[in-house]
Amino acid sequence: MPDTGNTGPTAQAPGDSAAGARARLGAGPGRLLLALYGVFTVAAASRSAYQLAVQFDEAPLAYALSALAALVYAFITVSLARGGETARRAATVCCAAELLGVLAVGTWTLLEPSAFPDQTVWSDYGMGYLFLPLVLPVTGLVWLRRARRS
Amino acid sequence: MIDALTVTVSVTALLLAAWCGFAVYRDQPTKDWHFVGMAVVTLLVLVQLVVGIVQLARGEEPHDSTAIFVAYLFGATAAVPAAGFLSLSERTRWGSATVTAGSVVLAVLEVRLFDIWGGAGA
Repeated sequence: MPDTGNTGPTAQAPGDSAAGARARLGAGPGRLLLALYGVFTVAAASRSAYQLAVQFDEAPLAYALSALAALVYAFITVSLARGGETARRAATVCCAAELLGVLAVGTWTLLEPSAFPDQTVWSDYGMGYLFLPLVLPVTGLVWLRRARRS
Repeated sequence: MIDALTVTVSVTALLLAAWCGFAVYRDQPTKDWHFVGMAVVTLLVLVQLVVGIVQLARGEEPHDSTAIFVAYLFGATAAVPAAGFLSLSERTRWGSATVTAGSVVLAVLEVRLFDIWGGAGA
C-alpha cells in the first residue's frame, strides 16, 4: 500500500466529523509521536510512583516534578489518541507547558544542583533520556500546528 | 543465563529496528515478515520474563531493587507487541517507524535491565 500520509494529515474542512478528526492526530507521523509519548508516560509514571512511594524524603522536589511530567505526558498521549479540535488545542497547551518545564527544570538543575539530590525526567534537559524530553514537545507542537492548518 | 538472554534480546531488537528502519526508508508499511520478526523478539522477551521471575522466585536478588527490576522486565515485554499493535492500524511508513522506535526502546530497556541485575555477575 503506497504511503500518502507523509505530508501530514489530509485536508479536511474544519468542523468535520469527529471520526475524521479522530483519525488525524494519531495517524501518520502522529502515530510515532503517540507511541513515544506512551513510552514516556509509562517511564515517568512508574519512576515517580516508585520514588514517591519508597524514597520520598530523599528528593521530594525531584519526585514531585517527575509525577507532574508523567501527568503531562499522559494527557498528551490521550489527546493524540482521541483526536479532534478540542484535544488538539489541549495537547498544544500541554506540549508548550512540557517544553517550558523541560527548559525550566533543565536550567534549574544546572544552576542549583543541590535542590535535586536525585534525577528527574527533565534533569539536564532530559539528557538521561537521550534529550527526547526536549525533542518531543517541539516535534509535537510542529505536528499539532500542521494538523490545524490542513 | 540472564546476561546471555539480555544480550540476545538487545541484538535481535536492534536487528528488528534496522529492518523496520529500512522499511521506513523505502516508504513501506510493516509486512507479514516484519510481524514474524516481531513475534521472534516477543518470544525472546517472554522467555526473559519467565527466566527473570524464576530467578527471583529462587531467591536471587537483583543488584538494585527488585521492584525496579520487575517493572523493567514487564516494560521490556510490552514494548515490541505494543508497537506492533500500533503499526497494525497505521499502514504507512509511520507504522514501520513506530516499530523501529519500540525496538530501540526495548534495546535501551535491556541495557537498564543488565545494570539493575548487577552487570557482569557483580
